[in-house]
Amino acid sequence: MAQATKTIGGPSPESVVALEMPLWRIRLRLLWKSLRANAALFAENPIGLVGLAIIFFFFLMAIAHPILMATVWDRNVYHPVMGIDQTIPFHPAPPSPTHLLGTAPLGRDILSQLMWSAKSEFFLGTMAALVTLVIATTVGAVSAFYGGIVDSLFMRLADLIIMTPVVTLMIVLSTLMNVTLIELAFLVGILSGFGGATIVIKSQALTIKVRTFIEAARVAGGSNTHLIVKHIIPNLLPLSFLYMMFTVTNAIFLEAVLSFFGLLNIRMSWGLMIHTTEYSGYLLDIKRWWLIFPASLSITFLCAAFYLVGRALDEIVNPRLRKR
Amino acid sequence: MEDKILQAEDLTMHYTTRAGEVSAVDNITFSVGKGESLGLVGESGCGKTSVAITILRLLPENAEIMGGRVLLDSTDLIKLSAEQMRKVRWRRISMIFQAAMNALNPVYKVGDQIIEALETHLAYMSIQESRERVEELFSLVGLDPQLMDQYPHEYSGGMRQRAVIAMALSCHPDLIIADEPTTALDVIVQDNLLREMMALQDRLGMSMIYISHDIAVIAEVSERIGVMYAGRLAELADSAEIFHHPIHPYTFGLMSAFPSIVGPKRELAMLPGEPPDLIDPPPGCRFHPRCPYSTEICIEQVPEFKDHGGGHLAACWHPLEASG
Amino acid sequence: MISTKPLVKVEGLQKFFPLSGGLFSESRSAIHAVDCIDFVIPLGESLGLVGESGSGKTTTGKLLVRLIDPTDGHIYMEVEGGDVDIAHLRGKDLKKFRRNVQMIFQDPYESLNPRRTVFDTIAEPLEVQGVGNVIERERRVAQLLDMVGLSPPETFLFRFPHELSGGQRQRVAIARALIIEPTFVVADEPTSMLDVSIRTGVMNLMHELADRLGVTYLYITHDLAVARYMVDRLAVMYLGKIVEMGDMEEVLHHPLHPYTKALISAVPVPDPTFERALPDIIGSIAKPIDPKPRCRFYDRCPIREKICEGSDHPTLEDKGAKHYVACYLV
Repeated sequence: MAQATKTIGGPSPESVVALEMPLWRIRLRLLWKSLRANAALFAENPIGLVGLAIIFFFFLMAIAHPILMATVWDRNVYHPVMGIDQTIPFHPAPPSPTHLLGTAPLGRDILSQLMWSAKSEFFLGTMAALVTLVIATTVGAVSAFYGGIVDSLFMRLADLIIMTPVVTLMIVLSTLMNVTLIELAFLVGILSGFGGATIVIKSQALTIKVRTFIEAARVAGGSNTHLIVKHIIPNLLPLSFLYMMFTVTNAIFLEAVLSFFGLLNIRMSWGLMIHTTEYSGYLLDIKRWWLIFPASLSITFLCAAFYLVGRALDEIVNPRLRKR
Repeated sequence: MEDKILQAEDLTMHYTTRAGEVSAVDNITFSVGKGESLGLVGESGCGKTSVAITILRLLPENAEIMGGRVLLDSTDLIKLSAEQMRKVRWRRISMIFQAAMNALNPVYKVGDQIIEALETHLAYMSIQESRERVEELFSLVGLDPQLMDQYPHEYSGGMRQRAVIAMALSCHPDLIIADEPTTALDVIVQDNLLREMMALQDRLGMSMIYISHDIAVIAEVSERIGVMYAGRLAELADSAEIFHHPIHPYTFGLMSAFPSIVGPKRELAMLPGEPPDLIDPPPGCRFHPRCPYSTEICIEQVPEFKDHGGGHLAACWHPLEASG
Repeated sequence: MISTKPLVKVEGLQKFFPLSGGLFSESRSAIHAVDCIDFVIPLGESLGLVGESGSGKTTTGKLLVRLIDPTDGHIYMEVEGGDVDIAHLRGKDLKKFRRNVQMIFQDPYESLNPRRTVFDTIAEPLEVQGVGNVIERERRVAQLLDMVGLSPPETFLFRFPHELSGGQRQRVAIARALIIEPTFVVADEPTSMLDVSIRTGVMNLMHELADRLGVTYLYITHDLAVARYMVDRLAVMYLGKIVEMGDMEEVLHHPLHPYTKALISAVPVPDPTFERALPDIIGSIAKPIDPKPRCRFYDRCPIREKICEGSDHPTLEDKGAKHYVACYLV
């Protein structure tokens, strides 16, 4: 660190400091630096790394599927929704060299279904998480900042959402309307966003609101919007990112439940795979384990993975949880 | 070792952090006489609190005593087991921590907290005896004994501080280490408390180590003063000597930088630079980067902490003229 | 350089904080944090505001920068050639006024947003007030960094607060306060959380910048010794009132109000051979809740008389050479 050795120095008023690069590039660099520092912190935690590894595994799955479909796999046989292997007399068939995880009751390749669905799960999770992020951060910040009626309104709404059994609500909604994956993503995002996440983020925002640098910004002449956007929200984002992880978990699990009941308008998903199994009467058939375990384990692992990442992020966001 | 209650010799302590190993206490040697009050003064990070917690072996997990000994009468505290050390704490040496007011548990009555300390360390006392002792202690520190049955939040800052002092006195210790006991208090309350602490010390024949960054307070309560800098003792002498004939340039700089309301308004000295990072401290004398008198030898060799005449110890290659 | 022209003139300033009043009930109790005070700060003459906790000094500072709104009273400030009562400004006018008055906070660790760079923090007043474009702001920030001794500016511009020491952070805070070229700065204990060896540097910096940029300070502190070095005049506050006000050295060496005397005698002196007098004061400080209509210091005054209890709090009177005291017995 350079020493502050001069008390008053001062260049001539005309001297210009020429920065070597434009401001936005500097900011990008700083962002990159802080991401790297946080990544290093994250990497210290085995929980986070395990979670990340699992997520990466499923990510590879999702990417690998179109590649396989374009190269090795015959469309007619391996298509997750419509493929059928006519060389095998009876479906569901146990795992074999051509069907590593066996086939479904209607003849589809289980592995292909699994991999294809991974993509949808990621899409679902990401969309829901982003919606939650935007809603929870904004509502939390505004509630905390303005207080009063606005705050009461949003907090009562959050209470309502928390009290409502979400699965039941979703079941009712799906009987009333035709819910597709993207609609589900938005619904989960909205419910999450206005629900528990808002309360936590709002309380964090309350602690930020009373910090001295907010006073300093106000004395400088900052408007309420300036304070919220430039000061409060940036300090909330780490916590929001954390909650995003939990939203993904909820979204994936909810989708699985709803698909299991056959309530979603979706082409293929892990939940739907289990639904098909149940529908065909094989749910309790342990001998045909490949109809149940791949899908349900995938759901479990991916949900757990995001949760673990969330926990690891928690230790970064809450420095008090950190080991020295 | 006659008439000395505590003697620290070459005490060294490090603690490990993510950023590296911090050399917090480095070869500290000092002694405290029976009934004497020693002041340890220094700026933030100089190690004065670290010395205290090292003596009492209240170190956090990531800290380690690297060497030296602390003789209480003739027992080396460093060599004691955890169990033996527990017997020493509170009964022979007790401590008043920084921001001690916060050390009171808000959900228990103040009197009960002191009784708990008594029961833990002097198990032979009955409830009645304990209560009487608490009353005694309260009177000693200037608190109305009736306050015993109230909660910490019902006390003012000054009152809480007195309660904490009462707690520290409860088991008749021979030595009290007080770490910034009046820092958070208003100046009139501080004055009151300091006078009472000095009176108590006289009355009970206790020894005291008084830690503060406030030179003025240290000047008033201490008979001998140790000036610490960057984990080491720069100078150790009788109070009047330290103030009127400082040997170490840091001591001199510190005195000169301290404003006083007494006497003519003189210009304040400025110490350039900042206290060093203890993970990578400067070689040789740790003060040399800021010292106007530093030369080659100051960078190459650690100055010896030795007697410059009449019990006035200092560690400096270029001690200031010991003239008037 | 002392001029007689008042930069700031405070009249009857009040701030009451109601206690346990709900939305629909008349609040019965209130904390009289600032209870009808008057003072004048001439251009170029810094004023120190000294007192213990509960004296109202911090609240006064916040009122002067309109961080909080006064319950009553006037704050006249010289803004762009004219006198404006800033006590009740709103909206655009309030924002414009903020170009003239800034604040330096006590905690160097808290007054900077940990997620914003030094550049963002110092440039904020310019950004918010819409002054200059990005290039000009960069230049001005670099200039300020140089002025506060953080040189070379390029190395500091894009650091984050956690990469700076306490003294450096406070210099950043000073740069932020001065970049908009205010005429008046309220400094709320700016050095109390800094190490002693760092303090002098920051104090000197504030002096030099005051001279160089023509800034007048209101310096709030609990430390009389520090006040001595920073201000020309001193005002002593107790429970929301000003009890004594005058030239710094004069008040220090010839205090008139019993509270001031007690305060001065309570300050520890960095000289072990100095015998300090026992502060002449009774009891301990109370909270300024619904104070009785008598001298606020009555409970603790060693020389109190019947008149002190029978009448309302005494007004400030000039005892000569602009040395004001609020006491019936002086």
